[in-house]
Amino acid sequence: MKKYFLGIDLGSTTSKAIIIDDNDRIIGRGITNTRANYTVATEIARLEAIYNARFSLLKMKLEDEIESKPEYKRYIKDVESIFQYLQFKRRLDRLNVQFRDTIDSTFSGEKKDKISGFVDRIVKEIGPAVLNEYLTGNLGQKNQFFRDIISEKYNKDVNALPKDYFEPTMLVYDKSISHVENELTEYDFRDLVYQAMELLNDKYSGMDDSSPEETGVGFDSELNLLKGNYKHIYDSLKEHISFVANLDIHITNMVGTGYGRALLPFPEKSIRSEILCHAFGAHAVFPNTRTVLDIGGQDTKAIQVDSHGLVTSFYMNDRCAAGCGRYLGYIADEFSISLNELGPLAMEATNEVNICSTCTVFAAAEIRELLNVGQKRSDILAGLHRAIVMRAMSLLARSGGVRNEFTFTGGVARNQAVLKYVSDLVLQNYGKDITINVHTDSIFMGALGGAMFARRGA
Amino acid sequence: MSKEVAKERSMIIQKEMITRQFKELSMAGETGKKVVYTFVPGNISELILSFDMLPVYPEINALQSGMRKKSGGYIRDAEQHGHSEDVCTYVKCDVGMMLSGNIGPTGEKIPKPDLLLLSYTGCFTFMKWFETLERLYPGVPVAMLHTPYQEAHKITPEMTAYMVKQLKEEVIPKMEKVSGNKYDEEKLKSILRNSSKVEDYIVKIFDTTKHRPSPIDAYFAGVYYIGPINSGFRGTPQAVDYYAELYKEILERIDNKLGPITPEGVMEEERFRLVVEGPPNWTHFREFWKLFYDMGAVIVASSYTKVGGVYDMGFRVNPDKPLESLAEYCMNCYTNLNLQQRVDLLSKCITDYHADGFLVNSIKSCNSFSAGQLMIMQKLERKLEIPIGFIESDLVDPRYFSYSNIKNRLESFFQMLEQRKMMNIQS
Repeated sequence: MKKYFLGIDLGSTTSKAIIIDDNDRIIGRGITNTRANYTVATEIARLEAIYNARFSLLKMKLEDEIESKPEYKRYIKDVESIFQYLQFKRRLDRLNVQFRDTIDSTFSGEKKDKISGFVDRIVKEIGPAVLNEYLTGNLGQKNQFFRDIISEKYNKDVNALPKDYFEPTMLVYDKSISHVENELTEYDFRDLVYQAMELLNDKYSGMDDSSPEETGVGFDSELNLLKGNYKHIYDSLKEHISFVANLDIHITNMVGTGYGRALLPFPEKSIRSEILCHAFGAHAVFPNTRTVLDIGGQDTKAIQVDSHGLVTSFYMNDRCAAGCGRYLGYIADEFSISLNELGPLAMEATNEVNICSTCTVFAAAEIRELLNVGQKRSDILAGLHRAIVMRAMSLLARSGGVRNEFTFTGGVARNQAVLKYVSDLVLQNYGKDITINVHTDSIFMGALGGAMFARRGA
Repeated sequence: MSKEVAKERSMIIQKEMITRQFKELSMAGETGKKVVYTFVPGNISELILSFDMLPVYPEINALQSGMRKKSGGYIRDAEQHGHSEDVCTYVKCDVGMMLSGNIGPTGEKIPKPDLLLLSYTGCFTFMKWFETLERLYPGVPVAMLHTPYQEAHKITPEMTAYMVKQLKEEVIPKMEKVSGNKYDEEKLKSILRNSSKVEDYIVKIFDTTKHRPSPIDAYFAGVYYIGPINSGFRGTPQAVDYYAELYKEILERIDNKLGPITPEGVMEEERFRLVVEGPPNWTHFREFWKLFYDMGAVIVASSYTKVGGVYDMGFRVNPDKPLESLAEYCMNCYTNLNLQQRVDLLSKCITDYHADGFLVNSIKSCNSFSAGQLMIMQKLERKLEIPIGFIESDLVDPRYFSYSNIKNRLESFFQMLEQRKMMNIQS
């Protein structure tokens, strides 16, 4: 039986899971932003990583076919997207039940009926809109959390309601979302993946006679190949999909890390510090790394590693949160935008504003002041991004600076503006020859390090 | 387990010594003995004793207040009195204690100073501290003893002459005036003869950490061991007896292959050997210590136990040259060493005592220790390729001790050491 290894990183903001095989290859990723207890968070991330692993194994199994037949690749990608949609849909249904409960226990009479009507309408719109995004867009690839997807659409719809109903309708959302987010929903992979295939059949059959212009998704050669051929692909893939769906993904060993690690039901030897895990993960992906900067939700770490990926020293911020991901979360709240929109908006800056506040909370007052004097939002945001990176740079300097290859990890590494300032300042301070690494899986580095320790410890 | 600790004879002796000392202080009004306030680094206690005066050490009172959970209130009182948040918390704790009636660790009142002996070694705050005390005790004479910094890595004859001159022209005349006694060089010499014996013991005691397991913890227990030598007993027969007894106990532990004694009993398994730089946190001393002994970490050397004098590089007082000896003693204190000398000293400790890691406890309100710590860390890391850890706390301000942050850092640090050990075994 093949051996697999699991790494769980219970961070302050998100919980991550990574599954690797015995060649240290990543085959499954799972992530959740649930604020429930860490046991639930671990399970959600672990199950997601296992679902993801089944798809990875399917792709690995069909590597040759995918290589020669692009329509296979496309089909599998579509199945995965719809699979994700079905998970989303299950949770949306659950959220709808929760909405009813909240409305029943909070409102009465005419107000209740009215709000109930609004919420009904919103939910009815969200389902198909999201399905469409999964089918035609790339929502599946965006790694958005359930909360983010819902809140974007819910907020938009609520803003269009009569003013008097804004507050109560938002209250329904605020009171309901955490319940659903914090619940562990188990899915039967097989059922869901078959359902996804049936839905795909509907999609492709509907496209049979339409010309590319009419599909609304633009011309797509893979899709074109699929259209007339989907029944055949369906028949030939079904067997493989059944195979991976039934496959026993046996986790031989696991290691937990992150702030919640002490609460994991793992034996002591299976609990590792996140410092070691981040360093080990980053070093595995970029073996020449000697300095790792990790900006997570509630801490920033500057880590120096040796040629084996062993930590020689580390430095963390202790007394202040300005310089961590949470700072950005706070700023996003201040600007009433989502975390994902921060970076792109900051990148639009034409004239970066100088932010001097060294404190997260005081920065908000400074923002108001700057907005009052007419500074552009994008320019202020650029200044804020620079401020957080300056803090990280100070930490980096105190830890001994950048000696050789530099790797940037953690959830914040996904933010384009942060990445830009980190790169600029590292090159400026430590020489333009420094190699800077950032990986699309940067947020998973801690979990990856954990999984790798698990493999070595087995 | 505290019972078992109390059984150690040396600990009982130390407790009795301190009780008697504070009793004597509280009776100063009746006995007419004069009281000198002075600092631990570069404390010329032998000279004070030779005039038959009683020394008081505000830093030690502050740390005692920290351990007795009184410092938080004292600091608040001092801040209310106008001291900023960033002032050294030893100072604020001491000022707060004075404002609250100057009750010492044994519950007895500490008398007012008759002389403020400002032995200045490496810490600028000392000057401001005694300026504050001068205002709190109007009219009290101040004797300033300036210790030149070892900028050029060594003590020159001119530096010694400069200090002896200060002793002769500033310190001794003021002591004569305050005490009413004439300077008695023979008496000083005889006191210094005991000091020299005590210094020998101190070196031997702290050198026992080269054994495996180390029979003592040179930081958490070390701060108790340096108690008598730094709080007015250096040069007394009691100190010689105390250290003879302590050394005997430690030798017995070595014979029995016993590890250090912690508040919860003898440490069973020595897993990590550390050298620590920086003072400990006093407000959560037990919790802080527990974080180490629970992990099987023993401190084999610490810079903090050298603040009251550095003897392991060969310095001893020479009773035949009493004033020169006092001068050199002051110039040899840890905080008076330049940063390269500190690196060399720590490097020697790491090598001699086979440390697995080097840890810095950075103190929020102590500039004199914190300055240069990052440089020291980096130099040691590069020179010895030793894993380095860094934690932050404070001397006696309980607001700055974050148990979970420190625990988190230490867990990572110990895992780093463990990982490295595994690698070394494999290779």
